[in-house]
Amino acid sequence: MANPVLENQIKKIQDRFGASIAKIEYDRAGCPILWAKKDDAIEFLKFLKAAAGLDFIFLADLTAYDELGSEEEALSRFVVVYNLYSPEHGTRARVKVRLRLDEPMPTAVGVWSGANWAEREVFDLFGIRFAGHPDLRRILLDIRWEGHPLRKDYYWRKSQIFTDAEPIPEHLLKDESR
Amino acid sequence: MKTDATHYGGHQDESDEIYEDSKVYMNIGPSHPATHGTLRVMVRLSGETIEKSISEMGYLHRGKEKIGENVTYHKFRPHTDRMNYCSSLANNVAYDMAIERVMGLEVPERTRYIRTICVEISRIIDHLICVGINAVDLGAFSFFLYGFHQREEAYTLIEMLCGARLTTTYTRVGGLGWEPPPEFLPALIKWLDGFEPVVAEMDKLLTDNKIWVDRTKGVGAFTREEALAYSFTGPCARASNVNIDLRRDQPDPLLKYGELDFEVPLGKNGDVYDRYLVRMEELRQSARMLRQLAAKCPDEGPIWVDDKRVVIPPKDRVYNSMEAMIHHFKFFMEGFDVPPGEAYTCIEGPNGELGFYVISKGGPMAWRMRVRAPSFWMYQGLDPMIKGEKIADLVASLGSINVIAGELDR
Repeated sequence: MANPVLENQIKKIQDRFGASIAKIEYDRAGCPILWAKKDDAIEFLKFLKAAAGLDFIFLADLTAYDELGSEEEALSRFVVVYNLYSPEHGTRARVKVRLRLDEPMPTAVGVWSGANWAEREVFDLFGIRFAGHPDLRRILLDIRWEGHPLRKDYYWRKSQIFTDAEPIPEHLLKDESR
Repeated sequence: MKTDATHYGGHQDESDEIYEDSKVYMNIGPSHPATHGTLRVMVRLSGETIEKSISEMGYLHRGKEKIGENVTYHKFRPHTDRMNYCSSLANNVAYDMAIERVMGLEVPERTRYIRTICVEISRIIDHLICVGINAVDLGAFSFFLYGFHQREEAYTLIEMLCGARLTTTYTRVGGLGWEPPPEFLPALIKWLDGFEPVVAEMDKLLTDNKIWVDRTKGVGAFTREEALAYSFTGPCARASNVNIDLRRDQPDPLLKYGELDFEVPLGKNGDVYDRYLVRMEELRQSARMLRQLAAKCPDEGPIWVDDKRVVIPPKDRVYNSMEAMIHHFKFFMEGFDVPPGEAYTCIEGPNGELGFYVISKGGPMAWRMRVRAPSFWMYQGLDPMIKGEKIADLVASLGSINVIAGELDR
């Protein structure tokens, strides 16, 4: 890690949130991976977004991966990944949260409005539920689809064919609340 | 026929109930001339005004990320062409850079120049499509044809590199698929000589055109805060005055943007007109960058990294030596091993931040192949963008955010 700005930022994070970060690693590109605990993950993301000197205001990506069958499977089934970017300082950071099967993750829609669809996609493809999400529906697949394709126990060539069109969720157009 | 007084003025008839609140529910797409791909927007209209809309997607979902976990790294490359098919070269470059980053490979200088040229050519193609089609939707057909002619010429340049026009599969992990022909750089300069006057002409056709300005100014406006909250990147973010450009802010050492002299155009209002202006300026800046790159790019030199794991053995050796034949066979049948590790690699693609998040746990296939597609995040912004606007403005807004269905659904 040669970037002094990033070093300062890591120090700041450790001072304030050291207790709730399980581990800090670095990936192949030198980007820090901050392993956060599920319960204060959203607080942590808010801190990263708002704290002076950090300014990770930009959610570059929100995704997940399945650990089934890997060496880390004993630690958790899923890992939810937040890729953050700080345009002001030109640094990137990655927050990871471990989840058991059927364990809901608190939603980040309150922090970034754009997390809405990304969380829907993770729900659709992994079956991870996001607690407090305003509209957790499938996004890519048909609403009648069974299973979650990006799970490792889903055979990659298993297709499901629907001969009629996906029903229109007309009630959503009438609903003013979301 | 009824002849009582209520027939003409009154509202006693029960069939008149539909006028009580004149809401119309309308479905646009997934197969509609204005959606340019399989997008679907369902809207609730009051008269012509959109009160609420719901965008649906997934009609072109092919499970690319799942495929990425089940085929070797080499075999996944053609799939990247089919994500943003308007700029497949940029996808190829980003994908191979991501694998190289996980493996820790450093490609030779010449390859970096050629890859940067590839990204800029595909940016020009993508922007020409976007502004052209946006204009067609609003009735400006000749503007579109001016751009499309140049786009076809650019595809001819790409054909010189790899023999294909649309689905290129040009780059390789650690190198390039083919040596660029010696006439490529002169042809690039020749094309730029023809392209730059056409951009000026297109500019004259449309930028001050009253109909175009009336149809686009103030339409689909997105503020800076909204653009940041919805993770807008690329020209759409810059039109909303978000000063992000990865070419300038994070010049990747595997590409050559750090050496180039260029300006990043910014808009003020974030409306369709500003997005158009930003794209037009980026066309000129890309042409400027291509001239610098063509001047700096060495004519000779290696294009492959010096690493036996990833280099594809040359055909003359494959056909004449047993070892090379075995190497060839193992490379294509089994693939090469990528050591465990992960990296998120992003480039400033034509639409915005195009990222590949690759996790390897060893072996010839990725554990997770995540594609961060800029279209996905911008299509999400469509619903708040068109709320309260007219139905015709939906077409303008949808065209201006340049959603490519292949990249959106993956």
